[in-house]
Amino acid sequence: MEYRIEISPLAKWRDSRGESVKSQIKDYLDIQVDKVMTRDVYTVSAGITPAEAEKIAAELANPVIQKGIVGESDVPGYEWLIVVGFKPGVTDNVGRSASEAVGDIIGRKLKRDEKVFSSVEYMICGGNLDHAKAHQVATSLANELIETVQILSHDEVKSGGVPLNLPRVTGFEGGKVREYDLEVSDDELMDISRKGILALTLDEMKVIQNYFRTASGRNEEGLKSCPTDVELEVLAQTWSEHCKHKIFDAIIDYEDENGAKERIVSCYKSFIKKSTHEIGEKDVDWLVSVFHDNAGVIAFNDKIDVVYKAETHNSPSALDPYGGAMTGIVGVNRDPMGTGQGAELLINVWGYCLGSPFSTPDKVPEGLLHPRRLRDGVHKGVIDGGNQSGIPYGLGWEYFDDRYCGKPLVYCGTVGILPKTVNGIKGSDKSIEPGDLIVMAGGRIGKDGIHGATFSSEELHQESPTQAVQIGDPITQKKMSDFIYEARNKGLYRFITDNGAGGLSSSIGEMAEKSGGCKMDLQKAPLKYAGLDPWEILVSEAQERMSFAVPVENIEEFKRLAAERDVEVTVMGEFTDNGKFHMTWGDKTVAYIDMEFMHDGLPRMQLKAKWQPPVFDEPELSNRDIAADVKAMMARLNICSDEYKARQYDHEVKGLSVIKPFVGKERDVVSDATVTMVEQLGSEGVILSCGILPRYSDVDTYHMMASIIDLAIRRVIAVGGKLGHIAGLDNFCWPDPVKSEKTPDGEYKLAQLVRANKALYEYTKAFKVPCISGKDSMKNDSTRGGKKISIPPTVLFSTIAKMEDVSKAVTLDAKFAGDLVYVIGTTRPELGGGEYYAMLDKTGNKVPQVDATYAQKIYAKVSAVTEAGLACSLHTPALGGLAVGFGKVAAGGRLGMDIDLNKIPSEGCASAAEILFSESNSRFIMTVSPANAERVAGLLGDIPFAEVGKVNNSGQLNMSGFGIDLNIPVSEIVLNYKKTLDGI
Amino acid sequence: MDCSKVKVLIITGFGLNCEKETAAAFTSNGASAEQVHLNDLLNGKHRLDEYHILAFIGGFSFGDHLGAGTVFANRVKFNLRDQLEKFVADGKLIIGICNGFQTLTRLGLVPAVDGEYFKQQAALAHNDSGVFRDDWIHLTTNEDSPCVFTQGIKNIRMPIRHGEGKFVAEQDIIDKLEANNQVVFRYADANGKATDKFPMNPNGSLNSIAGICDPSGRIFGLMPHPEAFLSPYNAPDWTVSKLKGELPEKGEGSIIFENAVKFAAENLV
Repeated sequence: MEYRIEISPLAKWRDSRGESVKSQIKDYLDIQVDKVMTRDVYTVSAGITPAEAEKIAAELANPVIQKGIVGESDVPGYEWLIVVGFKPGVTDNVGRSASEAVGDIIGRKLKRDEKVFSSVEYMICGGNLDHAKAHQVATSLANELIETVQILSHDEVKSGGVPLNLPRVTGFEGGKVREYDLEVSDDELMDISRKGILALTLDEMKVIQNYFRTASGRNEEGLKSCPTDVELEVLAQTWSEHCKHKIFDAIIDYEDENGAKERIVSCYKSFIKKSTHEIGEKDVDWLVSVFHDNAGVIAFNDKIDVVYKAETHNSPSALDPYGGAMTGIVGVNRDPMGTGQGAELLINVWGYCLGSPFSTPDKVPEGLLHPRRLRDGVHKGVIDGGNQSGIPYGLGWEYFDDRYCGKPLVYCGTVGILPKTVNGIKGSDKSIEPGDLIVMAGGRIGKDGIHGATFSSEELHQESPTQAVQIGDPITQKKMSDFIYEARNKGLYRFITDNGAGGLSSSIGEMAEKSGGCKMDLQKAPLKYAGLDPWEILVSEAQERMSFAVPVENIEEFKRLAAERDVEVTVMGEFTDNGKFHMTWGDKTVAYIDMEFMHDGLPRMQLKAKWQPPVFDEPELSNRDIAADVKAMMARLNICSDEYKARQYDHEVKGLSVIKPFVGKERDVVSDATVTMVEQLGSEGVILSCGILPRYSDVDTYHMMASIIDLAIRRVIAVGGKLGHIAGLDNFCWPDPVKSEKTPDGEYKLAQLVRANKALYEYTKAFKVPCISGKDSMKNDSTRGGKKISIPPTVLFSTIAKMEDVSKAVTLDAKFAGDLVYVIGTTRPELGGGEYYAMLDKTGNKVPQVDATYAQKIYAKVSAVTEAGLACSLHTPALGGLAVGFGKVAAGGRLGMDIDLNKIPSEGCASAAEILFSESNSRFIMTVSPANAERVAGLLGDIPFAEVGKVNNSGQLNMSGFGIDLNIPVSEIVLNYKKTLDGI
Repeated sequence: MDCSKVKVLIITGFGLNCEKETAAAFTSNGASAEQVHLNDLLNGKHRLDEYHILAFIGGFSFGDHLGAGTVFANRVKFNLRDQLEKFVADGKLIIGICNGFQTLTRLGLVPAVDGEYFKQQAALAHNDSGVFRDDWIHLTTNEDSPCVFTQGIKNIRMPIRHGEGKFVAEQDIIDKLEANNQVVFRYADANGKATDKFPMNPNGSLNSIAGICDPSGRIFGLMPHPEAFLSPYNAPDWTVSKLKGELPEKGEGSIIFENAVKFAAENLV
């Protein structure tokens, strides 16, 4: 029996959702309607009586503010009713919670075939919308990749009512396996790869063809000398750029601008791993587990280790910003959760590279969402994912450039803590014995997220698969994580890992390497609905799933505990040591591949890279109105406050926050870094910071990389941290760097990659900041609408540092009138690739460089000042240089400052613009009580620094020297800093 | 007075997430706190009568789907009502914070005007802004309130973090709440004066109400998070206080739990 349960807000209270939708329609479509009313509908399809349905309606409604009825209420005054529900098979989190509630109300759990489907109905009043306009409104309310939309006129509703929302999945058979004949022409091989979204090259297809000609043991298993679809899919996932990092592993012949040549065998091994390895050998003793597990692990104290990982989720977020970004955050949560014996989650981080929300429509490639809507969706996804998981955010940023209109970058990261020992074994260890059971826990498998790994290894094109989109369910994951820590503490499993890209094929494939093989029955997999073929089950990226190796003797207790925590677990098979990746469908073998071929059979790519430094115009800097420029810079998208969005992320849950993302008197200036305690009421903490400077890449990725490493490190110093216990994460996002017809400039882009890697090696090593984990995403281009847009080479360098005593932390806001203002570090005319030149629509050539020896000397001295508690405020300038730095320090304290530009330590600067807007690295602005001036000067010693002015009570930022004499009201700085994204 | 005999029950699971800091809030004030999964109460492994104080904590039970607190409150109401009635009748203490406050209103444990427990009289609606908000706010206390948890507090600060925190009720309920001094906390400006101005009043609550109690003062619900301000280093301006030499030893939120633990030690153990 089916019932429509309708929950409406009582008319006497404000319908906040309706009002938000009304303003969204204005913002996205420039359509003004008079009013939007909303209501929630739960369509219950279950064996319940009409009286029970009435009871459900009454109990689900909040009687103070809502009315619940069975059926449909007649609401006067609207013209269009828009119904938004989910497509069949798409995760309906609200519907799932509703079925839990229905179960409680009727006193029995709903059966598997009894369902509750949720939908939202919007009633649009006024605005004189015709059907076409109403359709526009409807599509702005829904994402038609995953949601269904119905548009009904009021008359249609009156005469026929609203049709029941019953998106059932029906009519599939499932269980089918087909074979691929690979004894075909090259063109046909490539056709197989393309049509199957396998993203395999011809060379790779040929290696596969050759393997199956001679592979042993297949006859005995009833297989022919050609692959099944299961086998081909497994290889495509395992060998995808996303999973195998083929470009970072390639052999590259690199030639520089002078014609000097060198051969690099794997950028990853030659630069990233090498630096970490060398630092670990010589300089630091706190590396615990780097590069080989789901996240990097470093020692913290004698009780815990700290785990950190950051990832991107770019392609899914481009198509479905909300779902893509949400799975970005809840997905990366599973990395620490699947590291060692399973880390508890402490802090989330996020950062997005996007097109301007104010972009004109012509900037947006055909079929992709406008950056404003995309941004709203991405934020909402990570907000919901993070908040509902109960994890505070400790760092968040946005970077805007038109070149991200084709592909947004959505970075998400998570810090976790891992006990040093769990049940007598090291918390960071994991192992598998042959005979251990393969167990999957968490969500069920559906067609969602199929081909995520292979599709994200291609550029976004017109036919990008919609089924690659997944929707996260943070609550299912939270329930699972609560269960995991209980099971971990009881020692019920030997190994845990997450199911991410490539689904079970990747997770079990990688786990099986530990024991030397696996045998798994895909028919045992718990499905969301019937009708999946074995290959789909194996590669589905349906969310909220972890895989375990459970010793046979523990399985009953493992299952019992899971049942008590409402977590579904399934024994899928067992780990073996026969060297085979063996999949069955019941008794029938559907895949039988040598583990060795699967993991090591992929031929290495051979690529060419050629570096030629670009030359750009220099802007004209004379006769600038510096006061106007300072104000305009404060308001620029890459500098201004995004507080409206950031405050929608919880950053206080767990009660650990010490230096918050926003600081200052009115808590509205973005902090350089954050400090978080690792346990409630503790004194030890972690500092999180990062650097990202994509426009420096336009000049030279070498200096871009050096600068982001320096920036991330000096931000640690700026909040009171020290050198010595800082670890890094590298996240590379690149445009396709492989030369081809589509990418004629591939050799240059690959040279940019090589140069960034060279700098990473040199600077991480010099600073003794090893990378402990990293990720790359290599095909960030869009070819939609016949226009190619490539992102600028972008690297996010994230740091995590140990802070022994959080009470030594410092914030950037000026504290007291009368304090002295110091500038530490030398300013040079380094504005190339910087934000000031970007405002002038130029790139320039003199990109900021880094001298690591000099920088470390400065950092040690500045740390000595914070350690002694003598810095009242400390800030490190970045985009927009000292001008923006002074602005933030003054705005933070709502205090004025007098600054003499002539006193700022500088070399080669000829104008106020150069002094103020240069983005030279390794600099700080510090305010100090006059009483401590001598001690501070003594501690800073012989590094370049100067007292350049005073904090005052005048409410004015006064700057003089180099031919200017400016008085800018701090209130105007605040206004400009906050207005750009206020309410957006 | 032996605070260590005070036993606190913190119900966890289904997307709740403030168990650790809430446990720390009680244990740092001398009580023993147990984090118990709701299923372990439903299946009888634990019973409410083992405890003196019950905390409904913050988080997103069932993802806030169907309205914050709705699904969780239903589960409690249909499965634990007898135990809960006895707990209330025994005069034991209950605190509901954020999602826990939403749950308490859905259960009808606050405000229970006219002693009508288990009848919903008030609600926490969507914030006027339409979005979730994380910020620090000032609260002023109704010093005439019987609320056990807030004795001795005048003005206090703590974080808020919610999307559904606008306190609403019919006018007659509001009038009675006010008359009976069941309004405990109001959103205030920095000087401790109640205000309905955003962002000081972050959600548009009627009469700026941030927290209420039942007529006995033993059941307390509030939207802000005192358990997230246990350390003085949680304060948004602690760096200024420290430079001035005015940094207190404890975070301001701690006293709410201290009051509860002391009351329980004196009256319930």
